[in-house]
Amino acid sequence: MPDLPRTKVGVIACSGEELPEGTVTRLATLQVLHLLRPEDTVTICMPLFLAGGEGERNFAKCYPTIAVDGCEKRCAFRGTEKYSSRPAASIVVTDLIKERGLNQPHGCRMLDAAGMQAVELTAGLIAGMVDDLLGKGGR
Amino acid sequence: MNGSALKIVIVPCSGMGKPYGTVSRVAAYRVTENGRPEHTQLVPLALLVMGDEEYGRIVAACPAITIDGCPQACATKMVRQSGGQVVRERSVMECFRHHRELKPQGIAELNDDGEALAEALAREIAADVDALTTSGEGVEHA
Repeated sequence: MPDLPRTKVGVIACSGEELPEGTVTRLATLQVLHLLRPEDTVTICMPLFLAGGEGERNFAKCYPTIAVDGCEKRCAFRGTEKYSSRPAASIVVTDLIKERGLNQPHGCRMLDAAGMQAVELTAGLIAGMVDDLLGKGGR
Repeated sequence: MNGSALKIVIVPCSGMGKPYGTVSRVAAYRVTENGRPEHTQLVPLALLVMGDEEYGRIVAACPAITIDGCPQACATKMVRQSGGQVVRERSVMECFRHHRELKPQGIAELNDDGEALAEALAREIAADVDALTTSGEGVEHA
């Protein structure tokens, strides 16, 4: 990674359509981008990144990224590493749900209460990772 | 994909940058969960591109309808790159041109216009599915 000032962090969600946890990644990432850390983050559009979007791939080469995956297949992490650079941090929502003892989320299109709880938790963790990567951990 | 139903693969881009990506995603859910569940299967684009064997086999065996949210046409490009047969390319922007009164907003959650645009697109795709399953164009028994 080139030695550029760390002013922004890219957040890459898998957005997996087949699992509620994929929707959790999408909503949590948007929550960080729009509400929690709007000044510090940009989203990297996963389909465009995978399809060869130069802007997305170059950003991920030059700036730190956080991969947010819904399941152990870790498409966001593996795709970022394969086509650009290894993410600086990562989250797997299924692991997080197990570790924290949360209820299993349901509803790919419309998450239930357990899914929204997972969104809140995931978003908070991403925001913390952003702070750490930008050296703002004390805020 | 059990039984003898005819299956058509539905692949939305689910782009994150604009509401149109969310419209593609919601339209895909509407078709596969509500409109034509017996004839369609949702395929997640990221898993397909990252080489998932199960979805790779499905896409290799079944015709695909792609739903793209922007002119980059990532879903269409990547289904083709993955060896899939794209029989219909649906575009949210094209649907929007026919429904200019609908102004989609919101990425995490679409506004009413966005939901209505997704419904209009889902109806177009359901008609595609009906035509393909009737004509048998590119459709095999799963």
